[in-house]
Amino acid sequence: MAETDVRGAAAPAAPNAPGGAAGSDARLAAIYQDIILDHYRRPRGKGALDAPDLAAERRNPLCGDEISLQLALDGDVVHEARFTGQGCSISQASASMLTQAVRGKTRAEAEALVRRFVALAHGDAEAAADPAMKEMRALQGVARFPARIRCATLAWGALDDALKGEG
Amino acid sequence: MTTLLMDPAPLVRAHDAGALAPRAEFPLLAADPALVYLDSAATAQKPRAVLDAMRAYYETANANPHRGAYRLSAAATEAYAAARARVARFCGLADADCLVFVRGTTEAMNLAAGSWGRAHVGPGDEVVVTAMDHHAAFVTWQQLARERGAAFRIAELTADGRVDEDHFASLLSERTRVVAFPHVSNALGTVNPVARLAGLARERSGGRALVVCDGAQGVPHMAVGFDALAAAGVDLYAFSGHKVGGPMGVGALLGRRAVLEAMPPWQFGGDMISRVGDEETTWNALPHKFEAGTPNVGDAVGLAAAVEWLDALGADRVLAHERALAARALDALGALPGLTLYGPGAESRSGVVSFSVEGVHPHDLATILDERGVCIRAGHHCAQPLMRRLGVPATARASFWAYTTPEDVDALVDGVRAAQRLFGVGG
Repeated sequence: MAETDVRGAAAPAAPNAPGGAAGSDARLAAIYQDIILDHYRRPRGKGALDAPDLAAERRNPLCGDEISLQLALDGDVVHEARFTGQGCSISQASASMLTQAVRGKTRAEAEALVRRFVALAHGDAEAAADPAMKEMRALQGVARFPARIRCATLAWGALDDALKGEG
Repeated sequence: MTTLLMDPAPLVRAHDAGALAPRAEFPLLAADPALVYLDSAATAQKPRAVLDAMRAYYETANANPHRGAYRLSAAATEAYAAARARVARFCGLADADCLVFVRGTTEAMNLAAGSWGRAHVGPGDEVVVTAMDHHAAFVTWQQLARERGAAFRIAELTADGRVDEDHFASLLSERTRVVAFPHVSNALGTVNPVARLAGLARERSGGRALVVCDGAQGVPHMAVGFDALAAAGVDLYAFSGHKVGGPMGVGALLGRRAVLEAMPPWQFGGDMISRVGDEETTWNALPHKFEAGTPNVGDAVGLAAAVEWLDALGADRVLAHERALAARALDALGALPGLTLYGPGAESRSGVVSFSVEGVHPHDLATILDERGVCIRAGHHCAQPLMRRLGVPATARASFWAYTTPEDVDALVDGVRAAQRLFGVGG
């Protein structure tokens, strides 16, 4: 324990430092927050639209996660978003949150949201402090797990593709 | 920084007694006593002897082999030849010229398909692989078959993750031109009956099929005895050095002389030629015919040191050690609620345990274990055809080697329990 005490809270403990279990649990608690596990267990916006206006699919070949995203537009405004796919808690919770966050946004606003979320997942402090990011801020913890950032951004990549018509 | 923090004060691992090879022999493991490395099927940690041998080569014998008239080049040539002879001996291959150094198993498979396959496979022919083949073999032969207009057949597996030998046999005929299967499944740990499968392939194809065994997960765990396998029907056998404790970037393709001699060169360049005319070129003898360009002497020396080290340890003791660990893992994990274990019983596998935890995605499990210093693999293990048959996109895989201890396995099991608690599953 002395090690973490002396280094202070700001410095991450070496992952395998003796006595690092408390720090480890804290970091895990930060990434696996209840809100994330809740979205994972009860995903919002899961399913397919009958007649989507835009759609795109993204896969993470490293882990096999896949997200298929569909959008229905009302003029320039996204009025419904749905996803199908499978993967880890981070990728699925992120997709679930996306379907709620993107609803009611214009295409330009949705593209800005993609950029904002990607910044958040990469540890951007400003994005993480943005109240407009709402519960998506719970996903900022992935920034400390480099292998997991792509899980969090998978659905957002699909959204970006869909908005650009590259699905 | 206080001196207290600078003091390495190594965590005492009381359990080194449970390892076949002490952690102290592996600098990376010795430097991090709390690390539980359970991804040896992906790559093994390196014994100090390997690192020392490579350093000694570069410090005392480095030059471009086969070229210079000076003594240092002769020393490099000698080091390279000695490495080949040492690795061949370890693999039970009497004729060291029939060992081709390659980058690894993937390159060996591409060599086999690009050379033998392009020369011998055509429309109407059939190429047979198994559903447990690694992408290195599966995709390579799949693409060869597509390119040559041959049929591509996949031998299915039994429920406990073995090659279904009846189905395998049913796919073989005189149309079969290539039969590929792994010695040991990287995703399930299943140890295949290589001699039996090779014998079936040779017999049913009337000796017309090239029989290729992917030994990437075989050589690290047991004395392979290539010449005996070749007598049973194996034509080519490949493995990667880095899974045997050697460096990344070197591996070997072992072959029967008649097969290798009948294969055209695969890559062109220096070293692989005999005489270069303006219009035509003749090829160097084995093994140089398949080793175009400056060879990777330093890594070959490292690989030779690795097999030397493994020989001293007792290559056949490794498999027994791993099976005991696999049995411990299968028992403990199997006792947890919501666990699915893939593959056969411990007596039929190497030190690989593939599993899934209901309600916890393998990727999440790997992150949670990583936070506890436990390294496992989560994913499709370069075996997507197998994952489809298991009906999962990914599994978690723990894999063991000589340095793994029973306590390492217990740390895995504790971590899985912790993940279940965090996700509120498993009761």
